[in-house]
Parts: sequence; structure tokens; C-alpha cells
Amino acid sequence: MKKKTNGLKKLYIGLIFVFMYAPIALLIIQSFNKSKSRGRWGGFTLQWYASLFQDASIGEAFTNTILLALLSSVISVVLGTMACICIGRMKKQTRTLMMGITNIPMLNADIVTGVSFMLLFLTLRIQFGFGTILLAHITFNIPYVILSVMPRYRELNPHIYEAALDLGASPAYAFFHTVLPEIMPAILSGGLMAFTMSIDDFIITHFTAGAGVHTLSTKIYSEVKLGIKPEMYALSAMIFITVLVLLCLVNRVQGDLDLKAKEARA
Amino acid sequence: MEKELIHLSHISKSFGGKVILDDLDLVIHENEFVTLLGPSGCGKTTTLRILAGFETPDKGSVIFEGRDITNLPPNKRQLNTVFQNYALFTHMNVADNIAFGLKIKKQPKSYIDDKIAYALKLVGLEGFENRSVSHLSGGQQQRIAIARAIVNEPRVLLLDEPLGALDLKLRQDMQYELIRMKNELSITFLYVTHDQQEALTMSDTIVVMNQGYIQQMGSPEAIYNEPENAFVADFIGDSNLFPGVFVRDELVTIDGVPFPCVDKGFGKDVPVDIVIRPEDVELVEKERGTISGVVTEIIFKGIHYEMCVEANGREWVSLSTRPHLVGEEVGIYVDPFNIQVMNKPESEDEEAVSTT
Repeated sequence: MKKKTNGLKKLYIGLIFVFMYAPIALLIIQSFNKSKSRGRWGGFTLQWYASLFQDASIGEAFTNTILLALLSSVISVVLGTMACICIGRMKKQTRTLMMGITNIPMLNADIVTGVSFMLLFLTLRIQFGFGTILLAHITFNIPYVILSVMPRYRELNPHIYEAALDLGASPAYAFFHTVLPEIMPAILSGGLMAFTMSIDDFIITHFTAGAGVHTLSTKIYSEVKLGIKPEMYALSAMIFITVLVLLCLVNRVQGDLDLKAKEARA
Repeated sequence: MEKELIHLSHISKSFGGKVILDDLDLVIHENEFVTLLGPSGCGKTTTLRILAGFETPDKGSVIFEGRDITNLPPNKRQLNTVFQNYALFTHMNVADNIAFGLKIKKQPKSYIDDKIAYALKLVGLEGFENRSVSHLSGGQQQRIAIARAIVNEPRVLLLDEPLGALDLKLRQDMQYELIRMKNELSITFLYVTHDQQEALTMSDTIVVMNQGYIQQMGSPEAIYNEPENAFVADFIGDSNLFPGVFVRDELVTIDGVPFPCVDKGFGKDVPVDIVIRPEDVELVEKERGTISGVVTEIIFKGIHYEMCVEANGREWVSLSTRPHLVGEEVGIYVDPFNIQVMNKPESEDEEAVSTT
């Protein structure tokens, strides 16, 4: 009897994983398929990856994506950390309110965020382009940074900063040499999260990009509209792998953080 | 007495409308071990934080060696603090924690290394340089926090309930350690605690505080033997605290029973508070006592027995190495010298005995 339920459990989990990952597995397999037709396996090839790297417009979209992810995550990390320090010092009621407000963009549907950004930029007559995408990305990244940094900052012994001052440190020295290193793992994990979110985003970018500027996700979308090319499978597969690796990194950093916190308590 | 080092002059401080310190005036001398003692919320930690520079008083000034340092930031003061929860830098190892202040002062590396070795020796943790602070026990972290403070050669070491988180045995050991360190360093210690035993063991001077006021200041013996008011008597050690009448010089009555005493000058037939330490309540044969009562409870405490005796409807606590059985009728005798007479509190603030 026991054996039977165990078998059922495994079958159930197996099915879940199949449904979750079969589409992506298929995509990755297709990206190596020599045949242009989806229904037939024409042998293994790397030609789609090769032609991908020769395509200048894709190269440009790639540069844009990475640059956006880098800039938006760095800027949102700085802003988000500063916000944490201020929010963390607020009274409980104000703090709860502020945290609620900062969490809204995360829960908000991307399409709504995207359209409202477009409206805002139109109203302010801001030229659409790289700058508008960057602004949008910074904005939706900040909550993720706060979400990651806040618990660590609140856990931090408030006397650490005072102890540094007491030992002769200027306020700036005390912050950069004691408070910042103590919350650094959380900042890093927040930054990686933001980086991933930025690479991952399509909808908000789509509405704030304007003509001519592409990231990888909007590039794929516009290509697919014209007819599916196997190069896009290759590109999608690469984006998936990149995001997967980044997420693993985030988990790793957070794991280390938890371990450290456990040790500190022990 | 050594020369005056710190003068907290007429300090007042409120937080959000709540008065924490009210016109506090305190002088600390060089090389003195001063303890601020009181229940939580009495203002002792705020006093320490004002001295360290983490809080600015609303009124009054902090004078250090004749110089007004009220508005000097903490990093410019010649004081170092040992925090209640240690506040060690967990991302640094032991040596880097201790070297923190010295590196800011840009001391040469050889000097810093010597200092680290000296400080670790002083706190009894030689060879701990490269340990991670998060792997140390509470007592060891406490020692590192002390080492980190003293390498800067402060004029005054401020200690905010530093032993509060340690277990009893370790706490007692650390008390002796602190006295030893104090003697070796010959600097001033300002110690904050709510533990009267700690205060009595270590201090040269105890400052008993309650509700933002200094209730009494003096040597441990003076505070213990001659409490000035009911709060101090009650807070320092167990005591029998009775309302009484000061009939005339050298005579008081408790519940109408006359007790000879040695105090003078309280007036005639004045209501007073009387404190008698339990170890001074002598249980004798019924006929020899000033009053008699019945033993209602006896508890074995190790060194002595603690007994409760009911006499005239009032409960007396007595400590003695000689046990008496529950129900036994005994006489109570108190040496006139051990009867401490105190004025009744004049203000509500002084009458805060029940807050302990």
C-alpha cells in the first residue's frame, strides 16, 4: 500500500515537472535542429547559434539588454539601499505603510505598469528610447532590492554604527566600513535579482522602448511576428539559460546569507 | 579623592514628551569605578549615551576636564563604549575588530599588532586573532568588545550592562575580571546595571537612579547600610521596610512597639520609614525579644536560612544560620545600630518603590 502511494507521489511530481519544463526543453531541442520544419529532426547543428552571432541587429539588442540590466540594477541597488536605511528607521506605522507602497509595483500587472509608463512619458513629452526604458527598469527594480535588503538591514544590530562612531569613525567611514559590509550579501542578492528581472522583462520594455531600440525580448517578439526563424529558438534558449544561471546565483548568495545569520545566532 | 574628570551638569532629557532625565547633576573623578544602578527606564542608559555623545541633552552640559563637550560628536570624544549586545563587526575577524579604532587613527602596523596582542592578553583570549567573531561564545564576544574599546586608550570606559546576557557563573567571573582590568589600566569606568549585586561588588561609587533622578550616591557600604530613602533601601538588597514614628532622638516605634536606635534629629513624633536588613533581624527566645512573633515560613538558601516571622500582623524577614521551625514562637531583637531611619518621601517621584 505504502509503495503504491509513493509511486503515485512520484508520478504526480513527474507530471508537474513535465508540464513546467517540457515547453522549454522543446525550445532548446529545436534550437539545435538542422531542419527548419518543427515536425522533423534533421540532425544536430549549431548553425542557428552561429547566424545569431552574425546578425548585427541582434548584437545591438544584446548590448542594449546587458547595458540596461547593468545600469538599472546598479542604480536601483543604490536607491533601494538608501530607501531601506530611511524606511528602516521609521516608526512602525509609517514603515508598514511605506513598505506597502513600495511593494505595489511588484504586484501590479506588467501591462498596467508598461502602459502607465508610456502615458507618463507621452504626457511629459520625453523622447522614447534607451533612456525611457532605463527609467522604467530602475523603477520596477527598486522594490526587489528593497525586498532583499530590508530584512537584513532590520536584523542588523543598531549599535554597530554607534560602535564605529565610538571608536573614532566619521559617520561616512562608519557607514562604509561597518553597516555596508554587514548588509552587502543582501545588496548583492537584490542586485542580481534586479539584473535578472531587467533581462527578463518584455512587456514594460515593449511599451517604453519606442521605435528603433530593441532589447533581446522585444527583438524576439518582432521577429516572431514576421515568421518564426530557428535563430529565435537559439536566442530564447540562451536567455533562458542566462536567467537560470542568475537565479541560481541569487539562491546561492541568499543561502550563504542564511547560513551566516544562523552562525551569528548560534 | 582624585581630581574631577567629568561633570554632567544639570542634564535634562525627554523623548517624545516623556521625561527621562530631570536636572541630573553628576561628578565623576579620575580613576573611579562609578556604577549607575536602577530599574529599567530610570535613565541610567540615557545618561551613559549622553556622555558617549549618542544623545544630546535638552538642557545642561557635559564637562570633560573643564571643557564643554556637550555638542562634540561621539567620534571626537576620548571615551569608548562597551555595548550591551557587544555590537561586534561580524564581517571582520577578532584582530580586525580590535584594530578598528587604531586603523582610523592611522597607527603603524607594528603598533597595532602589539596593541592587539596586549589587549587579547588582558582579556584572556591570547591567540584568538584570526577567529571569526560569530564563532565565539557570549563571554568571549564580551571580552573582544572590551578589548576593542581599551586599545584606544580611552580616558573613560563606558559599559552598558555588559554582563546582562551572560549566565550567572560567568557573570561573577567577569566581575572579578573587570575589577582586575580596571586596576591594570587605571582608567575611569562608568558602569550601567540593574543588578545590585554587580554594583556592590565592583564599584567605588554607586549612583542609585530612579525615574530620572539620582536617589542616592555613595560608596557601596554607605548605600547598603545607610539608604537615604525607601526606594534605595528596597532596591539594594532585601530589606524589611516599615512605616514607623520617630518619637524622639534615639527612639522609634514600629506598630507602637518602641525600638531604641542611634539616629538623631528627625524631630518629635514624626512619621518616618524604617529599614532593617534581614541579616540584622535576630531571632531570640520569646522573653528576650523586643517583640514576639510566629515563624510562618522557612527556606534553605545555602549559606543561611531565610525565615518569615509574623509579629503584630506584620511580616519580618530574617536571615540566620540557625533554623527555627514553622509555628515556633520567637522573639525579635534588633541592635539599635542596625535600625536605619529615613524621611518619608516628599514627592511622588521618590515614592516609586513599587516600580521595582
